[in-house]
Amino acid sequence: MERFGFAISKGRQIDYDANSRHIAGYISEREPSFRVCIECGCCAATCTTGNFTSFSLRELHILLKRGENESVRENIKKCMLCGKCTLVCPRGVNTRNVVTLARQAFQKFPADAV
Amino acid sequence: MQFDPFIIPFNIGLYFIVIYAVVRSVSWFGDLSRPDKLRLQRGFFGKAFGQSIKEIFLESLIHRKILKSNPRLGYMHMSLAFGWFLLILFGTIEADVFGAHHLNAPYKAIFFKFFNPEHGRMGFEAAFSFLMDLILAFILSGLVLAIIKRFSSRVVGIKKTTKLRVLDKIALTSLWLIFPSRLLAESFTSGAYGTGSFLTGSLGSILASFLPAQEMAYPFWWLYSLSLGTFFILLPLTRYMHIPTELFLIFARNSGIKTGDQPGAFREIQIYSCSSCGICIDACQLNFSAGITNIQSAYLMKGIRNNENVSDIAFNCLMCGRCDQKCPVGIELTPLRMLSRRAGETVENEQSIWQKYFPGRQVMLPVKPVSDPSYSWLKQEEPAKTDVIYFAGCMTHLTPAIKNSMITILEASGVRYNFLDEKGGVCCGRPLMLAGQDREARELINHNSQLIWKSGAHTIVTSCPICYKVFKESYYLDVEVLHHSQFIKNLIEEGSLKLNFLHRKVTYHTPCDLGRGSGVYNEPKDVLRHVARLLKSDFEDENSLCCGGSLGNMKISSRQKSMIAHDVATELTKGNPDILATSCPLCKKTLSAATTTRVADISEIVADAIVRTAIKKKLNEPVRKVKVAVDFHN
Repeated sequence: MERFGFAISKGRQIDYDANSRHIAGYISEREPSFRVCIECGCCAATCTTGNFTSFSLRELHILLKRGENESVRENIKKCMLCGKCTLVCPRGVNTRNVVTLARQAFQKFPADAV
Repeated sequence: MQFDPFIIPFNIGLYFIVIYAVVRSVSWFGDLSRPDKLRLQRGFFGKAFGQSIKEIFLESLIHRKILKSNPRLGYMHMSLAFGWFLLILFGTIEADVFGAHHLNAPYKAIFFKFFNPEHGRMGFEAAFSFLMDLILAFILSGLVLAIIKRFSSRVVGIKKTTKLRVLDKIALTSLWLIFPSRLLAESFTSGAYGTGSFLTGSLGSILASFLPAQEMAYPFWWLYSLSLGTFFILLPLTRYMHIPTELFLIFARNSGIKTGDQPGAFREIQIYSCSSCGICIDACQLNFSAGITNIQSAYLMKGIRNNENVSDIAFNCLMCGRCDQKCPVGIELTPLRMLSRRAGETVENEQSIWQKYFPGRQVMLPVKPVSDPSYSWLKQEEPAKTDVIYFAGCMTHLTPAIKNSMITILEASGVRYNFLDEKGGVCCGRPLMLAGQDREARELINHNSQLIWKSGAHTIVTSCPICYKVFKESYYLDVEVLHHSQFIKNLIEEGSLKLNFLHRKVTYHTPCDLGRGSGVYNEPKDVLRHVARLLKSDFEDENSLCCGGSLGNMKISSRQKSMIAHDVATELTKGNPDILATSCPLCKKTLSAATTTRVADISEIVADAIVRTAIKKKLNEPVRKVKVAVDFHN
């Protein structure tokens, strides 16, 4: 077969049925303010870790809610819990508790982290 | 031989509790670490012994600390503890002097009246009966207060009192019954024989006038003995275990044993020394500002004693240390809470009665085992060689006014310094520690330590009390750690900083981690007195409030935080100050949102006061580019 250098790109839709949103559920049950996040990105803008790496709490928030937990599991460990994001958050999300709960959840339910 | 079957419950209880206390003390001693054992031995047979006896007398019997802070509550505790002690002491003397023999068994002193109903008719005997009645009246007055406190705690001047478990309630009832039953038993006996002094004698003659006193006395002697016996047998399962434990605690503390960061016997001793008096509940801002009433230290101690999962309680705390400061027993509540945080979630398990009487060693892993490092992405940099390091800290980067003022001050003073985290540094590690993640915190501490070593600095100045505390306590560095308030004070004393006097009224808010956390109370105030008029507030030094923004609390919502901040701001602005000063970027940020008064860090006020020519001179030197804000309004 002739190869023209074209390919069909992989599907990028988010499959909510396949993804496990258990981790997000675990967090929002214990920290209700997780639900009121508007993904404005203030947390990522002020982040101490974000200053050195591509760590973005906003991104992790979105991924957690979608149930795309795999990259979150490794990345969430980078947070230093310094608390700047909690102070700048316009919605009053208790981000330090969100991160701590997410770490806890990944330890408790390693099967859901995929 | 004077004997009656009713003394059996008392005797069983008494011998049980004495043997139990000895066995428990021996097991605690065995569980202490080797250095602590040596400390305790040295303390027991050394100078600390006298100090301990004095403290036992003043604190365990007289309850001096409670008396000082709350006379009514103190009187209640004193009348029960000191009164009971006097009753036993003089009862023993009475039995020894007036009884048939010397050196009697304890029950003969306790039930002296039963065995010697004719005693106390005249002369010296009557005087002694009067004394015994006086002591009994003293105890009963305290008991009345205690009973009222159960129903309305405000009467004794505290707002909340602890909630009790079933066993505590049974023990409490038996404790309450002891003295009224003694009163009635002695009164009936006195009534029957026509003896007794002003209390038992007069009550006895009234009762005898319409009741058969001779027959009524015996059941009350039984009740007296039974309530004593029940109280002694239940004591190890209830909060009253604090009575024997506190003695051990006082000896251990005076010998120099500290909680440290490892769980062990001293932790257990402290946990059992908590009497659930409720003073920590009253001191807690989460209680009086945010309405959270189930997480205070008394409940944490109780939860650990009952082997509950206390992680929710442990993490719901501002770690401000107010309860620590107020605890009349002197339990190190904040370090104990840190230990519970580190243990994370514990499993709640039912215990058999045997386990409740003899709990095993409470084993906790010191650091949670997590596989790989979290901060391997941290790159080691080569900092410039310098004398003084300025470490602003994460929070200071959120309040640029403090950062800029510090640069102004450093430049004006002419110190050779290096701004270590000018472009944003790595966190100091304390926030992770507060979240119970010590292993992760250690990685950050190692990273920062190396940076500081490499710079060759002899002094590190930080603007953030959170960083200050961790630099002082958990970094093993051979450099002087200063908070900027201390540093500025040094500069003023050396004369390298020339300041104007600003005609402003200032109230100072002591940050928790700087004040109670690290014991720095006076330096910031001295600096402020140098540049402005310092007003007094109702919450000074040890009694200062927490702004509510603390990183210590992982649980409360932003609404609850702002409730605390509003209460604090209202209290501190009562004297209508021009500036509400603090020395912590986090306090500044939290309080600014809660008041219309200008909130400023002391570095901002000092930078405002610097004599202008001094800045200009320094600016002309081409050493370093400085941004000098002309106006420092926030």
